[in-house]
Amino acid sequence: MTADTQASQAEVGQARPRKEDARLVTGQTNWTDNIVLPGMLHMAFVRSPMAHARITSVDLSAARAMPGVVAVFSGADFAEEQGSLPCAWPVTEDIVIPAHPPMATDEVRYVGEAVAVVIARDRYTASDAMTAVDVSYEPLPPVLDMRTALDEDSPKVHAEGNKSFVWPFVQGDMDAAFRDAPVVIERTYRQQRLIPSAMEPRAVVATCVGGEFTIWSATQIPHVLRVMLALVTGIPEQNIRVIAPDVGGGFGSKLQVTAEEVISMLVTRKLGRPVKWTESRSEGNLTVHHGRDQWQRIRIAADSDGRLRGLDVDLLADMGAYLMLVTPGIPLLGAFMYPAIYKMDAYSFTCTGVFTTKMPTDAYRGAGRPEATYAIERIMDELAAELGMDPLEVRERNWIKHEEFPYTTIATLQYDSGNYEAATARAKELFGYDALRQEQTERNLDNDPVRLGLGVSTYTEMCGLAPSRVLGSLAYGAGGWEHASIRMLPTGKVEVVTGSSAHGQGHETAWSQIVSDQLGVPFEDIRVLHGDTQVSPKGMDTYGSRSLAVGGMALVGACDKVIAKAKRITAHMLEASENDIEFSGGRLQVRGDPEKGHTIQEVALATFAAHNLPDGVEPSLDSDATYDPDNFSFPHGTHLCAAEVDTETGMVTIRSYVAVDDIGKVINPLIVEGQVHGGIAQGIAQALYEEAVYDDDGNLTTTTLADYLVPSAADLPSYVTDRTESPAANRLGVKGVGEAGTIASTPAVVNAIVDALRPFGINDITMPCTPERVWRAIQNAQGNGGAA
Amino acid sequence: MANITVTVDGVTYTDDVEPRLLLVHYLRERVGKTGTPVGCDTSNCGACTVHMNGVSVKSCSVLAVQADGAEITTIEGISNGQWHPLQQAFHAEHALQCGYCTPGMIMAAADLLRTNPQPSDQEIREGLEGNLCRCTGYENIVRAVRRAAESGATS
Repeated sequence: MTADTQASQAEVGQARPRKEDARLVTGQTNWTDNIVLPGMLHMAFVRSPMAHARITSVDLSAARAMPGVVAVFSGADFAEEQGSLPCAWPVTEDIVIPAHPPMATDEVRYVGEAVAVVIARDRYTASDAMTAVDVSYEPLPPVLDMRTALDEDSPKVHAEGNKSFVWPFVQGDMDAAFRDAPVVIERTYRQQRLIPSAMEPRAVVATCVGGEFTIWSATQIPHVLRVMLALVTGIPEQNIRVIAPDVGGGFGSKLQVTAEEVISMLVTRKLGRPVKWTESRSEGNLTVHHGRDQWQRIRIAADSDGRLRGLDVDLLADMGAYLMLVTPGIPLLGAFMYPAIYKMDAYSFTCTGVFTTKMPTDAYRGAGRPEATYAIERIMDELAAELGMDPLEVRERNWIKHEEFPYTTIATLQYDSGNYEAATARAKELFGYDALRQEQTERNLDNDPVRLGLGVSTYTEMCGLAPSRVLGSLAYGAGGWEHASIRMLPTGKVEVVTGSSAHGQGHETAWSQIVSDQLGVPFEDIRVLHGDTQVSPKGMDTYGSRSLAVGGMALVGACDKVIAKAKRITAHMLEASENDIEFSGGRLQVRGDPEKGHTIQEVALATFAAHNLPDGVEPSLDSDATYDPDNFSFPHGTHLCAAEVDTETGMVTIRSYVAVDDIGKVINPLIVEGQVHGGIAQGIAQALYEEAVYDDDGNLTTTTLADYLVPSAADLPSYVTDRTESPAANRLGVKGVGEAGTIASTPAVVNAIVDALRPFGINDITMPCTPERVWRAIQNAQGNGGAA
Repeated sequence: MANITVTVDGVTYTDDVEPRLLLVHYLRERVGKTGTPVGCDTSNCGACTVHMNGVSVKSCSVLAVQADGAEITTIEGISNGQWHPLQQAFHAEHALQCGYCTPGMIMAAADLLRTNPQPSDQEIREGLEGNLCRCTGYENIVRAVRRAAESGATS
């Protein structure tokens, strides 16, 4: 082995273009829908056109008689074996978790709920046969507004009623905080329902050979899915292999155990042939779980100098028709984030989970934290306006100063680090805050028909989900650890096995960079394996910005063990004391005698050959480790948005957007910047464009990308990004970046719009802030009733 | 069934197809060109963009029978021994994350540069309006197309 087998410089921190790209830019991809197995059949689901109805009959005979149709099954055909789709987060002891059959048997509770499945030779035939399935329904009244769903005379989604749970959380003396407070402000904000819209539609391929199942799924969670499929179907876990091949984005939407996955297993078992299901986008908009959908009543008490005294949040959260994997826990992740970066004396939070006859909600990028951040950052602007202060000034008066860390917040989280002053100062500088304020004042004085607004968002988030003990205390059904294995191969190359499951995040690249530095092995010599429960048997998968902060630390732990073993073997080979062996730059050598040593690759070969190992040392230079964090990580930052609002048309144009994020140490700046850009875009999309709309009968009217406005390049601005850095508690010094942009940007944009319109007496616009809504708000404020 | 002859990435195929068969399904399921994915069913997302006789089309909005006699180029056919300048630029600028939109985005960008070899950033944004990406926020896609344009990529 020569010196060029060793990594020549630190990999961490380098803007490495990604390894993953080689297959993705050339079309050599392995999406689930690309998979073809011998004899494979295609499934199509017949879905409810009614929001709420009793199924009175299902006639499959015409569909079964069609050429090319192999089988057709209704929910009743699988009643004995399909089980109930799981909810792994029963947030209270008395929570109502209704049965959730993968295919409805008696009653349907949202448009799109599966009632039958057609299996045919090809997808076109399956699609044709769907229309021949005759299902009769007796309509029941839909439940569409969570605000009235708890009224006594409301129709019921389930026999148990429309309330799933009430989750209260109080810290401090609320009466004292609000009693005689000079300033009390109350607002109600609407978190509209969103459709996550990963570009790859969901897809499943399932096969069963000799009782052993293999499921390919476009999922974020192969490991969790395997456990859950075993629990739901009763098929023994050891006979289930789940593979997440190339997965085209998730954003939380593929953090789910779906009806289609369960049914595909049952169908392949029944028919003895492989089956595939790929959803259409229209089908996906109906049936991929939705996000957000809350009413947030928020109230703050403050002193006249702007100091916060208390915060009171009363949340209504639309669960949709059923509780899916983590549906009830999503709004509660927000419970800990409403106090954000601010100090206060008391905090009260209550969340009521409500059933409606709509698609269930669940995790969508940020998951509870964007909602909380939106409400607190919006009302901080209201406080500033009430007191005639600058929005940044009122924030600074309340935020935790950098010298106060570690700091235990009123929501009981211990923030390990942060420097809100530094991030804000940098953002102001990049943004040209003072000059823009000056311009705004002048344009307001000139009655410029196009107003300028400046929006502020000084967000933080909790990520790196999560300490298992904390999850346990919140009644979450699993732990929050992550696993990694490192295998030095005989030729000196390295296989890294990770339990996190990337679907666009770039783990193959970033993990290679980390391991390269830890082991001193070249970046190119490392291959990262993931997303297959047979290859990577242990893992907790990818969501909640956890992969690096938790999974990255598991890598470090496994590398430590490999190095420790290599030291022991090297000492034996050199007849030196183990304590005298030092490891640096991929080389193990005797302290004080650098000529005497071996590269780690040489040690790997020697360990493989096993000709001369110390007693009790097993062949192969490999190891594995599981990491369970002690705490969440708390990235933060300051995002500033300048919006031009045309008061004559209601059109909002983002003129500039600056994001300064403190996410700790950066493994790969290219990947980090990309995560920030994409996150900001999704947050802007909530602020300006996207909303899942149900009509009065409970039909989703935004079933296509023509109706549900995922923004294009022409709809979005360019972003200016920069970073500040405060230390993180883990050895890599990392915090996580997957959700930061989404959490930060929505309030920054809406604060900018409201800031532009405040001279008109406007203090809120309901999202998405479409030209029509902005225009109507202006008309209403001017007493025109929106009719002008 | 209709009989069609189509050249895909330089290879000529003759097939009997149902008149309703979409070009994208023909490419994926009959010719095996799975590099071109399907992202929607209303021609909004552009993930399935290919070139037909040198011009970009959304292959979900073209029937296979309409491609009779045509030359189709997919993402799998644009590299010529080495990556196309747009493939290189998308890689270098980190213009993809999950990569699902990437084949369509690159094929649309190639057509944009054919008609406008030196587009401004705004022209790039408007030129790619028919292609949706959920991961990147488009910033790096704009940078990548600009980079490819600067390197002289015109098709």
